Amino acid sequence: MSQTAVLPPARASAAPRARRRAPDRGGRPWTFYVLAALFVLYVLALYGPMICIYILSFQDVRGGLVFPMRGTSLHWFVDLFTQVRTGDVKGAFGRSIRLAAIVTVLTVIVSFMAGLAFRKRFVGDSVVFYLMIGSLVAPGLVLGLGVGLLCNLLGIEASWYGSALGAQLSWTLPFGVLVMFAVMSRFNAVWEEAARDLGASPWQTVVLVILPIIAPGLVAVALFGFTLSYDEFARTLLTAGSLNTLPLEIWSMTLNVTSPSLYALGTVTTIISFLIIGLSLGTIAWMQKRRARKTAR
Amino acid sequence: MADGNGSIELAGLVKSYDGVTRVVDGVNLKVPDGAYCCFLGPSGCGKTTILRMIAGHEDPTDGEILIGDEQVVGLDPVERRTAMMFQSYALFPHLSVRENIAFPLRVRGAGTAERHKAADAMIEKVRLTELADRLPGELSGGQQQRVALARAAITGPRVLLLDEPLSALDEQLRVQMRQELSRMQRDLGITFVHVTHTQLEAIAIADIVVVMEKGKIRQAGPARDVYDQPRDRYVAEFLGGQNVLRGKVARIDGGSALISADSMRDVVVPLGAHGGVAVGDTVDFAIRRDDVGLSRPQAVSPESRAKVPSRVRSIEYQGNFVKVMLDDVGGDELIAYVPDRIFYLDPVSVGDVVLAGWDRDKARMLAR
Repeated sequence: MSQTAVLPPARASAAPRARRRAPDRGGRPWTFYVLAALFVLYVLALYGPMICIYILSFQDVRGGLVFPMRGTSLHWFVDLFTQVRTGDVKGAFGRSIRLAAIVTVLTVIVSFMAGLAFRKRFVGDSVVFYLMIGSLVAPGLVLGLGVGLLCNLLGIEASWYGSALGAQLSWTLPFGVLVMFAVMSRFNAVWEEAARDLGASPWQTVVLVILPIIAPGLVAVALFGFTLSYDEFARTLLTAGSLNTLPLEIWSMTLNVTSPSLYALGTVTTIISFLIIGLSLGTIAWMQKRRARKTAR
Repeated sequence: MADGNGSIELAGLVKSYDGVTRVVDGVNLKVPDGAYCCFLGPSGCGKTTILRMIAGHEDPTDGEILIGDEQVVGLDPVERRTAMMFQSYALFPHLSVRENIAFPLRVRGAGTAERHKAADAMIEKVRLTELADRLPGELSGGQQQRVALARAAITGPRVLLLDEPLSALDEQLRVQMRQELSRMQRDLGITFVHVTHTQLEAIAIADIVVVMEKGKIRQAGPARDVYDQPRDRYVAEFLGGQNVLRGKVARIDGGSALISADSMRDVVVPLGAHGGVAVGDTVDFAIRRDDVGLSRPQAVSPESRAKVPSRVRSIEYQGNFVKVMLDDVGGDELIAYVPDRIFYLDPVSVGDVVLAGWDRDKARMLAR
């Protein structure tokens, strides 16, 4: 007799239970398809309108502002940069890039220093923090108006590199500082202490330890600074003075340009934005790769 | 700073962060050059604060710190010639093992070739040669610790300070690494100050064990002294291996006190250095768990043995000995570590009434 014969016969094996879960054979549950469909709709809603603009910007000379497409060419892109009636796109673009570059540099420097300052608690630190964040919730137009008025009062002529720069910094700095806080929260203060213990001067600690460790975070701050400045509108509107930045130029074009060159401009600025983002992400990836390569030597 | 002497002296050391509570409360201690000293105590007892003050990462509120007979308060870690190994090792995540170890030389202005040569020699010493180009994140806990050790030792400090160096490792590795620490200390021949809350770790490696409680030193001395002859109840209980019993002095008889409590009558305990004990005092005495033997109630035992009737509450087999937990004596637990071979000559079971006995002169009166 085998040992199993001692066991009572299993009753359950005769009649299968009424509700049994289908065995998992690696397929996806139906909820996956519902959620995936939802996500596809979301992406379409997000990018659909912009894609319409990109498509319409490639019409030929007969092109209009609405579908259907009339031919395909790069006519409106050429038109954008050659025709005077469309406005000073080239100049506005140059100003926007330069302004964004200045804003980026200042944002990175100030955010980095704020990040260092907030490593330790100090008297009134939360007041300083909320004062910094406060300007995020102030309506941009009102803030721009205020900056414009103040400049007027002080006798400073409004310009993209002066009053507009200040107005934009009131927007990019709080963001930069917030990103920096997230970056610094992952920075372990014991690294600094170790550096000091091993004989590093404060300056060596910053250059050899802190900066290299948080460099990817600084690139993220730079990316934020650049993109926020590059398409800033509300704060710049009343502070830029006589020369427009690109968003202001686009806005004025929507009022008086009735050709697909407006769409061409949208396509060009999108491409530039993507280039900048790609460049930033590429830089972060490059930093990490270089780090790995350096150690693989 | 030609003086290579790594002796440490703490005199009246006090640290208070808020001016009211003293995290370190008047610590006096001398550690000879080349000793392995362990600060032992529960978290929050001030042991790490002392370490950080010796390292120069915190300044004492009051008192003096002398290294090699030289006042060091106010000096940088480099000027003190101390090096610290941090609890989490604090390896720089962006630098390879070699660059981490060479870091102290780099900040001192050494050239690349020079510092890499020195680092490679050190890497060989801690047996990490094949991992020299890895990043810290790619190393195991034990390997990270060796990197931290090498990095701290490369500049030839006279004192190495280790903050809970083994707490991040698993049990097996901990035993292995503590042997390695011991070996490194002998190789380098410098003073090691090691902070831990694990008594086994402390008594296994230290020449001097310093038991701390609430910012004060309760007992300092060679590991065996502290374990075998605890000064008071706190030290005895923290180091373990002892039964600490409390009772009232019923009679003083020559150099001994007769102590009684619930379920314990006239147990004779030598007074030792505690001459000030009077009849009626409540006192604590300690008896090592492995000095306690068990016998059946009817068995006769010599007069020189102290006896306490009790009952077996539970039994745990521990391999080379059996841990027998008995009913409490006057509110204190009584545990006997009976050698495996002796226990199984006449094994007792849970619920058995037994006599717990020990040689009278093995009991030690504790300070109050």
